[in-house]
Amino acid sequence: MLNRAFWLQFSTPKTFYPVAGKMIPVFMVLAVLSGVIGLYLSFFETPRVAGLQKEAYHIIFVHVAASWMSMFIYMIMGGYAMLGFILKARLSGMMASALAPTGAMMTFIALITGIIWGRAAWNPNFTWTPDPRLMTELVLFFLYMGFILLQVVIDDARRAMRAGAILAIVGVVFLPLIFFAVKLPTIHQPANIRPGHTMPVVSVVAMLVMVFSFWMYSIAASLMRVRAIMLEQEKRTAWVQQLLGAKT
Amino acid sequence: MLKIVFTVIKRDLRLAMRRRAELLTVIFFFIISVSLFPIAMGPETEQEARMLKEIAPIIIWISALLATMLSLGQMFSSDYQDGTLEQLILIPQPFSLIVFGKIIAHWLVAGLPLVLIAPLLGMQLGLSVPEQLVLMLTLLMGTPALSLIGAMGAGLTLGLRNSNILVSLLVLPLYVPVMIYGAGSVEAYATGLGFKAHMALMSAVLLLTLILLPWAAATAVRISME
Amino acid sequence: MQAADDPILLNVKSLGCVRSDRQLFADLSFSVNAGQAAVIEGRNGSGKTSLLRILAGLSEPEDGEVWWRGENIYKEREAYIRELLYFGHLPAVKGELTAGENLRLSTVLCGESKLDAASALQEVDLKGFEDMPTHYLSAGQKRRVALSRLYCSSATLWILDEPLTAIDVHGVAKIEKTIGEHVKRGGSVIMTTHQSITIPGVEIKKIRLGATKSSPTHA
Repeated sequence: MLNRAFWLQFSTPKTFYPVAGKMIPVFMVLAVLSGVIGLYLSFFETPRVAGLQKEAYHIIFVHVAASWMSMFIYMIMGGYAMLGFILKARLSGMMASALAPTGAMMTFIALITGIIWGRAAWNPNFTWTPDPRLMTELVLFFLYMGFILLQVVIDDARRAMRAGAILAIVGVVFLPLIFFAVKLPTIHQPANIRPGHTMPVVSVVAMLVMVFSFWMYSIAASLMRVRAIMLEQEKRTAWVQQLLGAKT
Repeated sequence: MLKIVFTVIKRDLRLAMRRRAELLTVIFFFIISVSLFPIAMGPETEQEARMLKEIAPIIIWISALLATMLSLGQMFSSDYQDGTLEQLILIPQPFSLIVFGKIIAHWLVAGLPLVLIAPLLGMQLGLSVPEQLVLMLTLLMGTPALSLIGAMGAGLTLGLRNSNILVSLLVLPLYVPVMIYGAGSVEAYATGLGFKAHMALMSAVLLLTLILLPWAAATAVRISME
Repeated sequence: MQAADDPILLNVKSLGCVRSDRQLFADLSFSVNAGQAAVIEGRNGSGKTSLLRILAGLSEPEDGEVWWRGENIYKEREAYIRELLYFGHLPAVKGELTAGENLRLSTVLCGESKLDAASALQEVDLKGFEDMPTHYLSAGQKRRVALSRLYCSSATLWILDEPLTAIDVHGVAKIEKTIGEHVKRGGSVIMTTHQSITIPGVEIKKIRLGATKSSPTHA
């Protein structure tokens, strides 16, 4: 069994950089393959819903996958931020910063696909609705943007990391509250709009494959981004100088 | 331990009293912001009046949010600019307590007045007396949470350019549940659905912010001061 | 744990500081004993203020540690702060409060009990200004209100960042004398200054920044 020391050696930017580089193509390929399969299943193999003409209804599978990923990534980001803060591990902080834009993008996709689906599903004039999930996505989008902007505006890298960590930690604690807040019963709450009571197997599979695809993509994108962050922040160190020198 | 909190509260209150203009801007903004709605509606039909009454809790809550956000800049900026914030960090007491004292002082000056004025504004929008009381209660529980969360936002953005806008962006998503529980309570009460669930969640938010945010705000300030 | 008669109070070990991607200093080590005054020297931008802030525990160093009485200052933070008096660049007085109120406030906050505001203000030549809101005072006067804390503090270690700024010749002599008395009583002082300073009866330890390795030289 590989022991702790083996894994720990990759916990510094210098050692993780090449490892990350090797992993990226693997995840990308997985993402693209499963993405193609997932999209095919979602749009061609899942049952037509009676009475609805629009193909766009099937975008629900993309929407659910993006929505899950957006929340999942936020939790992971918060976890890395916490680790980086408590253990003063720079790589963890870098991972948190690397995840944020991908998470924001997932949130954005969830929002757009949610609106498209809403239009297709039950109201051609639909533009917005206090749907709990869409509301959560919107607030989550601003949580991500706040984190990203805070780190962009702060010049000092170390302060940016630590400030972002505090924000992320509080955000992670608040996220469940936000989720429950928009789910509260009010007189304006529309009827539950989730499709069907039991889902056919093919639909479940389509959803899972899309989630997997987004997950693989997120890992690949974050690894690419964390490598760029490493080069940026560690540019004074010898190994980065060597790397950049070798390229030119 | 309590003594240091009281000393800090007294200090900040004394400073606020000598800068009275700043206090009043928050309160006036709140009043104007709420009043914009009936003013914009002009002479109302009965249907419009009913609609105004229905969204009254939301109007008041959002105005309270905005007024509080306006006042956040003052929490630490004065102390930051004259160097006294550094000295506060160097007091031989847990810095979280000192920040907690500052947050309480901020609430007394920027939050409590909103709670007290809200019933009058509620009347302007057509809320009944019991509804006004529920509104006051939600604001009483919610505004401390707003000050607590805002303190973290203010601490994170100390000394940055255009910090006011950034603070708003950081803090608004976290304000959303507070606002929803607050405005929702009044709505739920008004429509007879019962507001127990909302108030329970509001208490949970307040408790959570009381536990987590003084530490978060204090750490945010220290990070900004490094 | 440190032996009771060990004179070393502050021990700085291999301190490194990075600001905005620039390494200001690295591997800096020195110590300050009881009854010793140290002056940090270096050009503008060499990291003098950053060093003092690290010593005061306001910033964390990139590398290295600071020890007080045999303990890392981050482990026994409150005990260290209790013995510390730090003066930063800004006068750290509230403009809206009077000179007397400022002084009383900082004393109460630090948990000090003895205070004679009037006599402390007299020491800095501000007799009669006790009820004057400090935003009416000049920059030099504000600094003197801040410096009046020196006369009502029981702190052992004074860390002073350019305390002589905006002080006239007479005031400078007074401060030098006060520092000397504090040092002779067994306290320690670490300071930076742009002016040359002589403390009557005390040998100053000079620590130079700006070289990659700093070693203390004696005055």
